[in-house]
Amino acid sequence: MSEQVSKILMSCDSANHVCDKSQYKEATLWEKIKLNIHLIYCSACRTYTKNNSILTKTIKKSKVETMDSSSKDEMRRKMEEAMKNNS
Amino acid sequence: MPSHKIDPNKWIDLYSDYLFNYTISRVNDRDIAQDLVQDTFFAGLKSMKNFKGEASERTWLVSILKRKIIDHYRKTNSNKGKAEVRMNYSSEESEGDWLEERVADPFDKTAEDTLENEELSGAIHRCLGKLPLKQANVFKMKTILNYETEVICNELNITPSNLWVIIHRARTAMAGCLKENWF
Repeated sequence: MSEQVSKILMSCDSANHVCDKSQYKEATLWEKIKLNIHLIYCSACRTYTKNNSILTKTIKKSKVETMDSSSKDEMRRKMEEAMKNNS
Repeated sequence: MPSHKIDPNKWIDLYSDYLFNYTISRVNDRDIAQDLVQDTFFAGLKSMKNFKGEASERTWLVSILKRKIIDHYRKTNSNKGKAEVRMNYSSEESEGDWLEERVADPFDKTAEDTLENEELSGAIHRCLGKLPLKQANVFKMKTILNYETEVICNELNITPSNLWVIIHRARTAMAGCLKENWF
């Protein structure tokens, strides 16, 4: 019995982990089912899941931009050169 | 009260994304934005002596960047020899319509939308700035640049479970910070 229960129920830690993964669409279907079962009886994780999806939506909506790391490295290299010439 | 110090070694880590975001909302071109940010850092490096410490480093860099953006527009304008007005019609059928008729274009982004997005991006960057550097980097790569987990792990030399712990901490902090400052 307890073995079967542990297959369906998950700890809060793994629930949060699955929730994080699902924000990037990386959670499997079975994981998502288990997460939703967990959310039925765990209000702390419900709050976390809610905030987490708000965060995802907000960032998507803002169309915030960052530079990719290769161009940052390039920039860093040029800066170092310029600093050498400057001093 | 010269309370602010200047340290160009940290500029790229601390301000490049903020400045890039600021620029791209004004010039709409990734390459040009990148060049302008680079120019700003160079100019900052040159005039470091003039930094009085009255404003924060970031404010100071933004004020340089503003000049660079204006210069950019001035240059592109003089390249063509004259100001050019380009009109894009929102759909095929409306081609040839007069500008007056397009004032109430429902598909046009309103100024308020743009303004709100810009403020929100600013808030996001301020919150990112409060995170530890590594968390902020991983979060940006994963959430904003949409890199695959594998790619990030290879680049930063961390394991996937490592990555998810970092993401979890970053998301918790970001949600809290944005809740305070935005929602």
